[in-house]
Amino acid sequence: MTLSKRLSQIGLGLMLGLVAFIVFGPLLNLAMWAFAEQWFYPNRFPTDWGFAFWERVFRPRAGAWESLFNTVIVALLAVLVSMSLAIPAGYALARQALPMRNLIMLLFLLPQAFPNLPIFVNIAAIFYQWGLNGTLVGVVLVHSLPGLVYAVWIATASFATVDRSLEEAARNLGASPLRCFNDITLPQALPGLLAASIFVFLDSIDEFTGTFFVGAPEITTLPLLMFNASMGGNYQVAAITALILLIPSVGFMLVIERFLKADVLARIGR
Amino acid sequence: MRTEALALNDVTIDLRQQRILESIHLDVEPGSFTCLLGPSGCGKTTLLRAIAGFTPLSRGDIRLGSKSIAHLPPEKRQTAMVFQSYALWPHMSVGDNLGYPLKLRGISRAERQQRVAKILARLELSGFENRAVTQLSGGQRQRVALGRALIIDPPLLLLDEPLSNLDAAIRRNLRGELRRLQKSLGITTIMVTHDQEEALQMADQIVLMRAGEIVQVASPQHLYHHPADIAAARFLGVDNTVSCEEHDPPSARGATKFGFRTQDAVINMPLNAAALTRKGRVTDCLYTGNGYQVSLSTDGEELCATTASPIALGTFATLQVPESALISFGPDDRHMPPLDRHEDIA
Repeated sequence: MTLSKRLSQIGLGLMLGLVAFIVFGPLLNLAMWAFAEQWFYPNRFPTDWGFAFWERVFRPRAGAWESLFNTVIVALLAVLVSMSLAIPAGYALARQALPMRNLIMLLFLLPQAFPNLPIFVNIAAIFYQWGLNGTLVGVVLVHSLPGLVYAVWIATASFATVDRSLEEAARNLGASPLRCFNDITLPQALPGLLAASIFVFLDSIDEFTGTFFVGAPEITTLPLLMFNASMGGNYQVAAITALILLIPSVGFMLVIERFLKADVLARIGR
Repeated sequence: MRTEALALNDVTIDLRQQRILESIHLDVEPGSFTCLLGPSGCGKTTLLRAIAGFTPLSRGDIRLGSKSIAHLPPEKRQTAMVFQSYALWPHMSVGDNLGYPLKLRGISRAERQQRVAKILARLELSGFENRAVTQLSGGQRQRVALGRALIIDPPLLLLDEPLSNLDAAIRRNLRGELRRLQKSLGITTIMVTHDQEEALQMADQIVLMRAGEIVQVASPQHLYHHPADIAAARFLGVDNTVSCEEHDPPSARGATKFGFRTQDAVINMPLNAAALTRKGRVTDCLYTGNGYQVSLSTDGEELCATTASPIALGTFATLQVPESALISFGPDDRHMPPLDRHEDIA
């Protein structure tokens, strides 16, 4: 092995190490905080380790269980709301000859183009008039909004990639338009639609601003709990909440990974 | 289901303000095999899709048997189409692909399985029920697509270039196989193709199309010997045209041009009085496997002929075409029937 080759390998190793540190460094700090019972400046590491704060977080009246439940139920409902709008919208945008199709697609991006703080403040003002503030419905709606943007775009793309002759073959052999959509189009577009659902779910899991303006204080989700804990200087509780937040995210990452495998894709809808 | 006759009357199609098909009239006999033949962009696929119900008519009527199907949605037309890409559903197994049309007709699972097994046996694919369609070879996919269309016992079978995605050898085998299957089922069939050899080998009736119109409807034999005009002749392999000269064999009155195929022309053979002859300089000599193809430059015309042995470039040679291989054209480039020969006009 030549010297330059060896040097480039060392360089590559250093680069990978640096990237790993940037990615995992904060997570490592988080993990330490989650199991630290005493950690005061100027100690580099916690002086006392243990599970005392876990017990505190999961005490029934601490609200962690309720927040976790709220977070997951809101995320699932947000997926339901945005996908039930995105599937017909995506199909129409992909298949029908709509006038100004590109303009419509661009309009769907608008809520993302504005800074979302003013948008959520205004939504909160409107929801207040409608009596939706502090309700589960209000929080689900405010979570569906940013999700809808991804969902419509991804659904449009996945319907557009379904080979039209597959649909025509079904129609030709006797399938009504609805039957054809259910039996052919939907299974073919399913991987993309699942990816869209996952995006909406993950987006909702760590959505903070909208929940803060529309839901608080009646509806508390994990990000709100974490925010309150960090503001109160309780880094242990914040770290533990963050770790809990990782559970649904990692779970969904695994689902993505499964569904993006080609051999699984071929089996979907069977 | 009984096989039916198909009648197209004044079928006209516009897509985006552009006329694709102009007043198409066509009668197809029950149980016959009709080829729509033409270069790409001539509207033959559009016509097939119009029969299946995927392209709306601007004018005209399509009748299958005694009833008009022009205003029915595709699923009500009872036509069965085999797509160029085969359009097999990748999320279903071979058995599910074949059984789906039966499922749509409310046929029980047991009977479905039985009929799927029967058609697979007929296609020589027995035991393939649980294969994924993505694991099949091109020829197998083609047969599954055909089986899926035939399983509903349709009155009319539509084939959109069904063999064009296959290797030449498989294609030649499947031509015969497809034709035998069609004959044994006695199903009215319309096939789109751009391959003149395929059309000549398979069809009872060839519909030659160009630029959205029908140029000629004829039997393969008639089309081969009497193409309607020079462009049609070129599409059917008539690759040489010469202007008539005085000493040429007698042809139709008023003919100004002869057309002939390279394979019918020979070089430096004993002269026959009743043949067309031209002298010229050899400009090219290509080996073709069963002989040589020679290009001759006569005054102003480039002609091709075949010969058994190679000829040196630059030498002079005599090209000869028997009278029976000549096709005469009038001044308007339209075919002129020879004076006394009408025996093969269908």
